[in-house]
Amino acid sequence: MAKEMLKGNIAIAEAAVRAGVEAYFGYPITPQTELLEHMSRRMVELQRVFLQAESEVAAINMVYGAACTGVRVMTSSSSPGFSLMQEGLSYIAGSDLPCVVVDVMRGGPGLGNILPSQGDYFQITRSAGHGDYHPIVLAPSSVQEAIDLTTLAFDLADQYRHIVIVAADGLIGQMMEPAELPPMQSVRTNRPDWALTGADGRQPNSIASFYLKAEEEEAFNQKIQNRLHEIRDAEQRFIEYYTDDCELLVVGYGSAGRIALSAVETARDNGMKVGLFRPLTLWPFPEKRLSELTDMVGACLVVEMSAGQMIEDVRLATGGQIPVGFYGRMGGVIPMPDEILQAITTHCRQLKHCEGAFTPLERVNS
Amino acid sequence: MMTTTLNETSTLVYERPHSLAACNTNYCPGCTHGVAHRLLAEAIDELGLRERTILVAPVGCSVFAYKYFNMDGCEAAHGRAPAMATGVKRVQPDKMVITYQGDGDLASIGMAEIVHAAARGENITTIFVNNAIYGMTGGQMAPTSLPGQKTTSSPFGRDTILTGYPVRMSELLSTLDGATYIVRRSLHDIANIRKAKKAILTALKVQMNGMGFSMVELLSSCPTNWGLEPVEALHWIENNMIPAFPLGDYKVIEEVRSL
Ligand SMILES: Cc1ncc(C[n+]2csc(CCOP(=O)(O)OP(=O)(O)O)c2C)c(N)n1
Ligand code: SF4
Repeated sequence: MAKEMLKGNIAIAEAAVRAGVEAYFGYPITPQTELLEHMSRRMVELQRVFLQAESEVAAINMVYGAACTGVRVMTSSSSPGFSLMQEGLSYIAGSDLPCVVVDVMRGGPGLGNILPSQGDYFQITRSAGHGDYHPIVLAPSSVQEAIDLTTLAFDLADQYRHIVIVAADGLIGQMMEPAELPPMQSVRTNRPDWALTGADGRQPNSIASFYLKAEEEEAFNQKIQNRLHEIRDAEQRFIEYYTDDCELLVVGYGSAGRIALSAVETARDNGMKVGLFRPLTLWPFPEKRLSELTDMVGACLVVEMSAGQMIEDVRLATGGQIPVGFYGRMGGVIPMPDEILQAITTHCRQLKHCEGAFTPLERVNS
Repeated sequence: MMTTTLNETSTLVYERPHSLAACNTNYCPGCTHGVAHRLLAEAIDELGLRERTILVAPVGCSVFAYKYFNMDGCEAAHGRAPAMATGVKRVQPDKMVITYQGDGDLASIGMAEIVHAAARGENITTIFVNNAIYGMTGGQMAPTSLPGQKTTSSPFGRDTILTGYPVRMSELLSTLDGATYIVRRSLHDIANIRKAKKAILTALKVQMNGMGFSMVELLSSCPTNWGLEPVEALHWIENNMIPAFPLGDYKVIEEVRSL
């Protein structure tokens, strides 16, 4: 299939359609709305389920119901709406059900604004609802990656019977760039044996997140933890650039990671030994590789479109062995490559072998 | 009820409906949740729907309803049963989907979900058990509690200046075009229990025929949290609840009348 100009939100929606999503429930919110609008047309054309819910609370509980029947189901929202989905997500996690949720993050807290942000990192990766669990979280940095990770999201959700969240930000949702969509997968016709399809010729199935006895609830929690362990072992994903000989390792995901790459490339042109580590999975955080890299580099610089949330995972992975610096912008402000370059330069100067400390920006400033 | 001949001398005249699971429930003695369960199970049996029904249980004393019925079932978040049922029904329109909800669940925390399910004409059936109190959490005030009613969170009696008035859900939902069958019945005596059963049968037929949203509200007892003996509790329904929640048919569209 050839590349075409696609807007991020529409690309994610169409990727979900092609992954065989059978039901979509959502509520309009900027900067995600085009996703819902695309679904309102495509799902109806394909005689699948589209429903605009009365709220995000209802949307995620509709997802919960549809997930009980064993179909591929999704919803999408942006930060304030994602907050409202916490209840339903926790029940879905407590019922061992698969589903895909897209959060096109915007500036917060509160109503915030409709500009790109990565301020939901804690909320998404820690649990996205009450209780002991983590969803799988995938973070695209381009329209193409948004497509690929959405496709992967449905496969991982089914494979692990788990929630998968595609954590995009307003930039990914709103920008247009050339990308290639996968071919259409056919919708599954078989249903898993646990699905609520009516107890015809079999014992009744029941789906609940309710265990009155502490020991039973603990046993269920243990089952979740075992699965999370398996996911942590098998699914850590990332992309690394210029890490062969780098002294300073920049760490950034999504749009921040992508912008950081331009800064890293300029720094390289200026002779600085800088690399980039870009997590694709925010949970499980790619700690194994980052911990290996810790032995090879002198310091890390974390770049985020937040006050610094992923930095906590970077600190855990690097185990206090190297300094971890931070550069971030908040509230919908997008960090520019020049600003990141300056942060890289400052950090490099403190490292013995990083070299090439004069950047074009510094020359202008001095 | 089916009559089965056991042997020449004895005849079975009463048995557990097939749609009820063979297990004990957690309901208090004299609680009419059990009656409501039985009526729903009998109706499902009589219409032969068990094998294609999915029951959505609420949060409330009937939280385990998904276990008490011998059919596929799930347990929704507090108040969200209509949204969850919508998800189940939209992907399986040929299945029967029933929510069973208390008054705290449906008329307080789940007000938005029930109103919009009804407004959409969602082709599901709701059994709404109104006992004017929060049973499961130990008898706090519900949106359906009566003016002056003493509860554990209105110890001086419900003060309408501070907390407003009981919400009448059947009347409210009957104003919505998507609702096609909305009635209120009571479980306080045999004649009324029979009428309730008939209404449940009609509501299920409404769904079988794809006619839209149907709800049967059942005035129900909570002897434990009302602080009354079971029989006194039945009288309390009759003397106090029915005047505040008049029984009757609030919405019956023409097509339903001819069912
Ligand atoms: C989000 C949330 N808030 C509060 C509760 C606590 N809670 C459990 S049941 C209930 C009220 C149930 O009352 P009702 O719906 O009238 O049903 P009943 O128990 O009387 O049958 C409440 C408030 C909860 N489980 N979840
Ligand atoms: S607390 Fe009330 S509603 Fe709950 S089971 Fe007991 S009597 Fe019934």
